Amino acid sequence: MTTLQLSVFLENKTGRLNDVAKVLAEAGINMTAFSVADNSDFGILRVLVSDPEKAKQVLKEKGFAVKLTNVLALRIGNSAGTLYTILDKLAAEKVYIEYMYAFSEGEQASVVIRPNNIDQAIEILKANKIEFVG
Amino acid sequence: MIWNPSVECMDRESMRKLQSERLRKVVERVYNNCEPYRKRMEEAGVTPEDINSIDDIVKLPFTSKKDLRDYYPFGLLSAPKEEIIRIHASSGTTGKPIVVGYTKNDIANWNEAGARCLSAFGLGKQDVIQVAYGYGLFTGGLGAHGACETIGAITIPISAGNTEKQMLMMHDLQATALACTPSYALYLAESLEKSGLKDKMNLKVGIFGAEPWTEQMRKEIETKLGIKAYDIYGLTEISGPGVGHECECQCGTHICEDLFFPEIIDPETGERLPDGSVGELVFTTLTKEGMPLIRFRTRDLTRLIYDKCECGRTSVRMEKIMGRSDDMLIIRGVNVFPSQVEAVLCEVEEFEPHFFITVDRVNNTDTFDIKVEVKEQYYTDEISGMVKLQKKLAARLQSVIGLQPNIILAEPRSMERSQGKAKRALDKRKLQ
Ligand SMILES: [Zn+2]
Repeated sequence: MTTLQLSVFLENKTGRLNDVAKVLAEAGINMTAFSVADNSDFGILRVLVSDPEKAKQVLKEKGFAVKLTNVLALRIGNSAGTLYTILDKLAAEKVYIEYMYAFSEGEQASVVIRPNNIDQAIEILKANKIEFVG
Repeated sequence: MIWNPSVECMDRESMRKLQSERLRKVVERVYNNCEPYRKRMEEAGVTPEDINSIDDIVKLPFTSKKDLRDYYPFGLLSAPKEEIIRIHASSGTTGKPIVVGYTKNDIANWNEAGARCLSAFGLGKQDVIQVAYGYGLFTGGLGAHGACETIGAITIPISAGNTEKQMLMMHDLQATALACTPSYALYLAESLEKSGLKDKMNLKVGIFGAEPWTEQMRKEIETKLGIKAYDIYGLTEISGPGVGHECECQCGTHICEDLFFPEIIDPETGERLPDGSVGELVFTTLTKEGMPLIRFRTRDLTRLIYDKCECGRTSVRMEKIMGRSDDMLIIRGVNVFPSQVEAVLCEVEEFEPHFFITVDRVNNTDTFDIKVEVKEQYYTDEISGMVKLQKKLAARLQSVIGLQPNIILAEPRSMERSQGKAKRALDKRKLQ
């Protein structure tokens, strides 16, 4: 049910995102989704890749601070309101979202969420017949 | 082990006698052979006849780093050039370097002082010492080298840099001691960890100096390298490594005071301060021939301890240097020493002890940025988690320094690990 997400700490200098992309490309690793969270000082790149363990290893070798985190990748369809319904269901059970980002795969819209309680979130989502990616 | 017990354990009264005798000689030497000294003594109304005991030293004028620049390169020599056999120099942060000439006897005395240091660290003939200080004009490499040869150890003159080769030699020759800057020792420790060679080493002792370091940094080096880390003290102007050293008690730096006489003065008034006071350290070289320095102001702030040490040495001890008046940054009216920042970083578990301070002035207000590295295992995938670390460190620094810095987080191992003297601050206000 869960998906391993790679997060990389980025100093706020131009080109660091490119450096990450280059390292992954050279290792033959595909990025299927990514987002950058940042404030004025630094950023955190969160990315879903074809081979998280290998990605972690090659980035570490290049001196990046890398972490693997379990997240949920959900297929939510394209209809308006689906996302709201999901979040509402989770909130009703006191499961909160630490961060989320969306991506599309062909016709389908998907969303990556990092809930504060991943096991409970899975239960709720399964009960509501939400489809997991991967 | 004590290399030269007759001097290192001499009773205080005999030491005073020896120092008095040597001071008379060195004052005569500079007065008769060095124009700038003679002029300055004449201006102060003092002649060599006025110097009868070591207490009379307070009658003599000070020398400073500026004098070494003003009389660059040979203006302060007190021996004919034919007697000079070696030059050392330090690159000044501004303008001309500082050049010091040594006679054959000067080198011999320096080696003697260095031998006392290494013996105090428990090193001897049986040891293999890797000298990873830079060889060349910098006193570290050749100074440590002379000390190693004098005690009869196997000396590996590898010089600074080339970490791969350092690790290879250290391993293949089973070096028992490493001489380098403490920041390079930390860098080496990290490299050894990564290489997986760490457990195959035979290192026991670290001979560290040439830059200020803290107790916490010592603990970190000792744990990471599995060694005992000792401080060796020296200054280019007086002599390189060997002016002073710790002993097995690690309760201050014993000064080789029969060679280098220390005083503590008030940096504002120049008055000699009573024993035990904190003030600026001043050295007089008692036996130097090439370029003796009389009452040289080091700008280092410390305290001298005259009690007999448990190791048996009677020589005066100096406490860890509390800062340099030159390094001091005045930010928004507050005195800030880079050593304070380092001490805090070593205390706060989540951070590496490497940092860089940038001070600037924006809209008439001083800015105070400190760039730091978070230890790899403490990076999180959430902005809020990283901001929490920033705030924790800023609050801790605020409580120690009295000023809130702006913490800038750097990527792991992205900060420069110094291989010479660590450059840890940039004051951009001076560039405006
Ligand atoms: Zn002692």
